[in-house]
Amino acid sequence: MRKIQLPASDEEIRALRVGEPVLLSGVMVTGRDAAHKWMMETFIKKTRAPQGDDLQVYEELRKLLPGNVIYHCGPVVAGLDTKEYRFVAAGPTTSIREEPYQADVMKHFNLKGVIGKGGMGAKTLKGCQETPGVYFHAIGGAASYIAQSVKKVLGVYKLEFGVPEALWVIEVQDFPVVVTMDSHGDSQHSVIEAQSKQVLDELLAQPY
Amino acid sequence: MRDLTNEIVEFIRRTSTDLPADVETRLRTAVEKEAPGSAARGALETVLKNVEISRQNSTPICQDTGTPIFYVHYPEGWSTRRLREMIRAALVIATKKSYMRPNAVDAVYDKNSGNNLGGEDFPYIHFEEVDAEAALTIELMLKGGGCENVGAQYSLPNNALGAGRDLAGVRKVVLDAVQKAQGQGCAPGILGVAIGGDRGNSYAKSKEVLFGKIGERNPDPALAALEERLTSEANTLGIGPMGFGGQTTVIDTKITGMHRLPASYFVSVSYMCWAYRRRKMTVLGEQVSYE
Ligand code: SF4
Repeated sequence: MRKIQLPASDEEIRALRVGEPVLLSGVMVTGRDAAHKWMMETFIKKTRAPQGDDLQVYEELRKLLPGNVIYHCGPVVAGLDTKEYRFVAAGPTTSIREEPYQADVMKHFNLKGVIGKGGMGAKTLKGCQETPGVYFHAIGGAASYIAQSVKKVLGVYKLEFGVPEALWVIEVQDFPVVVTMDSHGDSQHSVIEAQSKQVLDELLAQPY
Repeated sequence: MRDLTNEIVEFIRRTSTDLPADVETRLRTAVEKEAPGSAARGALETVLKNVEISRQNSTPICQDTGTPIFYVHYPEGWSTRRLREMIRAALVIATKKSYMRPNAVDAVYDKNSGNNLGGEDFPYIHFEEVDAEAALTIELMLKGGGCENVGAQYSLPNNALGAGRDLAGVRKVVLDAVQKAQGQGCAPGILGVAIGGDRGNSYAKSKEVLFGKIGERNPDPALAALEERLTSEANTLGIGPMGFGGQTTVIDTKITGMHRLPASYFVSVSYMCWAYRRRKMTVLGEQVSYE
């Protein structure tokens, strides 16, 4: 199985094709609904003025994210009292909710990929071609298993968003994913969707 | 009336970390149907490894520990107010112990309560009274957000799908719901279907029916046949585990019929992900048992 050490180069990303399983290692950042909305409004569209530690966090992200991936995940974290954080359960969350933001966030931070579940739409697919980047599909619900590939929690930003919504900086080793959208414009999700629609139409035409 | 808080914490731990045997068995048979080396097979193998690790380490099967849905059958004379307090207290402890993720977010002010309690409605607790001599039973289902989001409700007739007000129409809309869900609800899924009711109780029943065991059929032969037919037809859609393509999209279907108004004909579909976490605890005298 192909292994990728993050940060990844454009060549490594372009070599990936839909359907390929990959093991990811290195540093990544979790971010989901609140994080994407916040990044978009505060730093990309700038419709909201930075507040509190926003600018400081932004500077950190500008260092962390280029060449890296963002993981759509709302983990269960132990050690909240002592701040000796440990990921207990950390499977992917549904990615499509970030569709309005993802391509812009990828471009802005030069992200090379996204990890999530369920796939994303046309705008993100186009973003993957431009950046270039890929969509890595993790196994939905495999939370304890994936948590074991999280070797260390390096830090957390925006904990005020709540534990599931905060941006957790983690170091992973051999995180198992499958490429379902690549930088060449192919999406496994649109293929399966079209094929299943055709079968559905046939089923609907059958008598009871 | 005794204090059951600790027993309920243990009950929540089991529900969140130990997948019921009937579900695991069905997933194990599903693996064999997928081609060796396929992404679908890999997904199911990972899922099963995850089930083992969660059980061994008492860690949540899925990080989305869902909406906690409790159904309580209490003997006549027990206080539902005190039972509610115990359940809520147990949930707070279970969250501290990382069996549960803090999951209650105020929808208006966008604030996570941090302890899984949110107003009167979170967790959801349903009470039914039974005879004074009967056992107290508490059932718990953890219904994750990803699969909840792909649930659907149809008002029949539905012209676009050619679905009329009969079982033939029900079949059509349920298949449509499965196709629309794709892999988003962490397929393979389990379908809970309620026919009839109003919009509110129809959805509630479509979840309640999911407390049944895998393979348990509706006593009405026509509905039982439709349950089996829907499962096998859904599996011809080729969506497969996680939507990677493959043989297993749905592992079981459960249907329940309700009464409706003459003017309404609702079909509600609740989609349950493979992480089908639901358990029951029984208290009789000093005896507490979990299944
Ligand atoms: S749909 Fe189920 S398995 Fe998937 S992330 Fe949600 S709770 Fe977990």
